[in-house]
Amino acid sequence: MPSTTDSQRMPLADRLRRGLSNGRITSVLILLPPALILFTLFVMLPLLESGYYAFFDWNGYGEPTDYVGLENFERIVGHSVFHTAAANTGKIIAVSLIVQMPFALLLALLIYRKTPTNAVFRLIFFLPYILAEVAAGLIWSFVFDGNYGVTASIAEAFGAESLFILADRDWAFVAILTVILWKYFGFHMMIYIAALQGVSNDQIEAARIEGATRLQVVRYVQIPAIKPAIAVSAFFAIIGALQVFDVIIPLTNGGPSNTTHTIVTYLYTFGLTRLNIGFGSAVGVILFAVAVTIAVFYQRVFMGRSES
Amino acid sequence: MNPHFWRNFARVTFLVVVSAFVLAPLLATVLGGFKTNAEIRTSAFGLPETWNIEFYGSILYDASFWRYLGNSLLISLGTVILTLLVGAAAAYVFAQIKFFGSRMIFSYLLLGLMFPFATAILPLFIKVRDIGLLDTWWAVILPQTAFGLSLAILLFRTFFEQLPKELFEAAYIDGCGYVRFFWRFTLPLSAPILATVGVFVFVQSWNNFLLPLVVLNSREVFTWPLGMMQFRGEYVTEWNRTLAFVTLTILPAIVFFLAAQKYIVAGLTGGAVKG
Repeated sequence: MPSTTDSQRMPLADRLRRGLSNGRITSVLILLPPALILFTLFVMLPLLESGYYAFFDWNGYGEPTDYVGLENFERIVGHSVFHTAAANTGKIIAVSLIVQMPFALLLALLIYRKTPTNAVFRLIFFLPYILAEVAAGLIWSFVFDGNYGVTASIAEAFGAESLFILADRDWAFVAILTVILWKYFGFHMMIYIAALQGVSNDQIEAARIEGATRLQVVRYVQIPAIKPAIAVSAFFAIIGALQVFDVIIPLTNGGPSNTTHTIVTYLYTFGLTRLNIGFGSAVGVILFAVAVTIAVFYQRVFMGRSES
Repeated sequence: MNPHFWRNFARVTFLVVVSAFVLAPLLATVLGGFKTNAEIRTSAFGLPETWNIEFYGSILYDASFWRYLGNSLLISLGTVILTLLVGAAAAYVFAQIKFFGSRMIFSYLLLGLMFPFATAILPLFIKVRDIGLLDTWWAVILPQTAFGLSLAILLFRTFFEQLPKELFEAAYIDGCGYVRFFWRFTLPLSAPILATVGVFVFVQSWNNFLLPLVVLNSREVFTWPLGMMQFRGEYVTEWNRTLAFVTLTILPAIVFFLAAQKYIVAGLTGGAVKG
């Protein structure tokens, strides 16, 4: 096999000839373009176009001609429903980080050892994660249904009046947060379990021999050892929170009176269903900016530290 | 009783309570499909007084239910095959062939990991419409593949780089070119990573809701999540029918999960950690 250092020393024309003769360039030209074309056409172009359409008032038909400058962005920033949607997305992030992750970590610590019972619990806790979000949303919209659901049965048992949680402006989003917790804690738990199983037993034994309690082992040995996994799960919690859509549609569809939108349901409801392509694209641009900021910040903070 | 016993007792009790939180809604769903609506109203959790199988039956005899599942299956399989082929081909180039610009193109293809799918959904809708793909399976398959490529290429490249280099050198001396080597050796040797990525892509596609919602309008091409929402809309007051429908659609997912557990967990968590 011709080594690459050799070929790098050759003049360009020779290198090209050589590359062609052993099929190197033809191979690249056969194997790479499908991925490049698909990715460019359906990911990068739409992304760039959303940056362009965002400056137009456009219903999606013909060419965008009605240039409006920053008006779409101004309307979004001034729209109270968008404030609610952004705040709700923030709440999902907060609950994911403050409630869901510690809960998942606690469970992971309880069942990370490889025993048959633990395997069963692991399976059960991971189950909601593999279900489709829409199915999860529908199931819970039944649970919360004030006429038929589980909450109705409970209310009846206590002789209380029926509750319509999903129609309640104060409680609807709490219900949604519950569903999100139910759906995703198993995923984070699995990340922690995989990491905890990789922590060497010697370290734990050593700490034990020195008289550390179970809690001290967790705090000073296990949690520090799985920090990278916690960072990854935090990243997925945040990126996942930014995309919440499927669960909301069957549960509340953004209601009552637009109090339970997230950024994506907002984009869908006010951009697509009303064919405000320019407006919706502007929401997409904002979402993109937030996601990239988080990704860059995450890389700086966590990746930078692990390399040093 | 020693303290160890009580500690374990508390642990198991806690785990059982959490299990109940997880399983109760699912159980109520499965049982709900057997009950009359009046019974659901009074007892959401209890066993049905009589096991009515007509609600499950009517869905199983409904041709559109099977069409929804068939559409989802075809779209998911199409996405898996295309992602594996296109993604592996590109990853093979990055792992095996050094050429000018390789790193740059690789980074470009990884940009898809940076932002959520929903960001560009409106221009994507316009694009799919302008190409004339609206209401076809391709409207879902192609964008799903494109968005899945970044992670697939990243995972494939890592795996391909770990394949023994001597193998390629030997094959090369025997006159085997890059493309043939890819077909004959790299792909067959990469079964574990192909399975992991394949299962991951399949599950994502099977459960996808936003993209089909945006690009599919006719019931003929609906995937099952769209069909389920449609069904729910038609039987708003009849929870038992909706619950039966939900049960019948999540059942294959659960069976699939139990069968492919190893790959699903590896793909969803291991893949996530590496990504």
